[in-house]
Amino acid sequence: MSKDDLILKAEELHKYYRMGATEVRVLKGLNLNVAKGEFVAIIGASGSGKSTLLHILGALDKPTKGVVTFEKRDLSRFRASELNKFRNRMVGFVFQFYHLLDELTVLENVYLPAMTGRSVIGWLACRRQAKNRAKELLAQLGLAERIRHKPYQLSGGERQRVAIGRALMNEPRLLLADEPTGNLDSATGNGILEVLEKLNKAGQTVVMVTHDERIAQRAGRIVTLVDGKIEHKNHKHSRNEQQ
Amino acid sequence: MYKVILATRYLLKRRITYFAVLAVALCVFIVVVVMTVMAGLVNEFKEKNHLFAGDCVVGTESLVGFAYYEDFIKLLEQQDFIEAVSPAIKSFALKRRRGAEQDDIVEIMGIDPVRHSQATGFGDTLYYHKNNVSKTFDVANDPNLAGCVLGDFMLSQDTSNIYLSNANLPRIAYSISCFPLTARGALAQAGTDMVNTKTFYYSDQSSTGLPRVDGSLVYLPFEEAQQLCGMGGSIKRASRLHIKFKPHVKIQDGCEKVRSLWQKFRQDMANETQAYSLDTVTVQSWKLYRRASIAPMENEQTEMSVMFGFVGITTVFIVLVVFYMIISHKSKDIGILKSIGVSNLDIIELFSGYAFLVSIIGSGIGLFAGWIFLLKINPIEDWLFEHFGFQLWDRTIYAIGDIPNKVEFKILVIIVASAIAACLLGALIPTLQAARQKPVETLQVGQL
Repeated sequence: MSKDDLILKAEELHKYYRMGATEVRVLKGLNLNVAKGEFVAIIGASGSGKSTLLHILGALDKPTKGVVTFEKRDLSRFRASELNKFRNRMVGFVFQFYHLLDELTVLENVYLPAMTGRSVIGWLACRRQAKNRAKELLAQLGLAERIRHKPYQLSGGERQRVAIGRALMNEPRLLLADEPTGNLDSATGNGILEVLEKLNKAGQTVVMVTHDERIAQRAGRIVTLVDGKIEHKNHKHSRNEQQ
Repeated sequence: MYKVILATRYLLKRRITYFAVLAVALCVFIVVVVMTVMAGLVNEFKEKNHLFAGDCVVGTESLVGFAYYEDFIKLLEQQDFIEAVSPAIKSFALKRRRGAEQDDIVEIMGIDPVRHSQATGFGDTLYYHKNNVSKTFDVANDPNLAGCVLGDFMLSQDTSNIYLSNANLPRIAYSISCFPLTARGALAQAGTDMVNTKTFYYSDQSSTGLPRVDGSLVYLPFEEAQQLCGMGGSIKRASRLHIKFKPHVKIQDGCEKVRSLWQKFRQDMANETQAYSLDTVTVQSWKLYRRASIAPMENEQTEMSVMFGFVGITTVFIVLVVFYMIISHKSKDIGILKSIGVSNLDIIELFSGYAFLVSIIGSGIGLFAGWIFLLKINPIEDWLFEHFGFQLWDRTIYAIGDIPNKVEFKILVIIVASAIAACLLGALIPTLQAARQKPVETLQVGQL
């Protein structure tokens, strides 16, 4: 893989938390490369730091030490406004518990990222276009009939598909999914994985965190997180870690 | 745009918000009603004092009065900013109604009713001679008798009736006794004749709406009062001059001009025999002249404002508590919004907008309810008085007919602005805390 193919690179990532008098070291010098168009699954036991890593990669959290570069740009050098723009335009998050806003309809939840990134005038100018894009996404996700519903009127699988729609609204370069099937039964979870696979086949870079190896098998590459680092394995997929 | 949508949805969906709206509405309602009534009372009271005193008063508190007042009146009447000037004698006297067993201490005020009506609102306070002030002191069927005008409270104490409504004035005689003083302040008459006493007959009653004035003041014809007080003679004296300015003249400007004229006049009169009597004379605007009466009322208004300031502080706390509760329930939303790129400032704007909506709706409800209540406040008070003998304001203290209920736009604007500020202030700390929340902390599984 050439350097130009990399979309995301994490170098020597450390993350420490202070819990009372004790310092908890979650990540201990982790390295990870993600190429454009890859579908990477990060697996690890509960508490191994998978979600922390995902949050750092998506600029929701900052590492204690180490560097994350996104398309060759160091995230730690981003100003607050640039980080907000990065989260709005470059990455899309899918969470285990969907995290939809109950006060908004399905359609509004999906086009919310398009609204938040714009001024009132900017939004009024592109409103129709954004709504159409949201409707299109919802149709692709099989939710065309549900656009006026509120999240609490949907099943878990439907809510997660709405969350995927919201994550894709601004056509992000990177989709980060934190246990996207963790709260769903296996049939529904399978449906969500199919959506992610389909997206990946269409060129979308996906980084997914899961504790379930069977789910991880659906990804193009699996990296295992053990003791705050990526574990070296003779896995068919794990070719980029700890280089 | 999402901030407007979300703030509106939070407002409609979160029932706890209704408490905040209700708190704001109640506070606005109370403050609108009380401030409107209080401002009405104070303004009415001030206006009555203004009408009683005229625009400007040149005079002395000394009981001997001051000399050469006629010369100064001539000088004033030559000025283009002067509408009317009325000289007055002011002193204390003993009053005894014929047949009564004791004397009452009263204030007497000697006036020319026509001139005094031109300079002040005196004519309009009369009951019988409102439209014919020149006859104010005329006693029915006997032009040789001297009349007097009593304040209506004083008369009601004498006769047990506020208004004697029969067409023919009743013949009520009063003997008025004064101690005449020389220009130097000594008793003008020695021995047994030291007191001047004259009988006056009730010729009208005056209702200024100022309880102290209406309860203690007896108006007498100017010359009669001057003689009684020893201010007649070759060099006549008066206690004060009540001045009315032309309509376009500002009170302060007019008073300044009169002050300059008085300074010059005093210098010109420096060599006259009784020039010393001019030393204690001051030129005051009506507000300054009546400050002893107005100040307590203004203090009362200030105290009320402070009290209702505390009501405002209570609103701030209610809003603060409600917003704390709302925002603690909405921490997940804050995390979600931040994960899609919403900035801290946007979070502040979102929750401040929410607080703004609460304040606007609460203020709107409070204003409307207050307005309706004020429209009906007099019928409500009449009903309470009729059924329970309860009056909101004791008329012997406030001397008002109806409770003032004219809503002032300026007061409404101040109240609404204060309500909005109180809500924003109450929501400020929870909002800032919301903005500081880290998305990873609110989106963690353990936080849900």
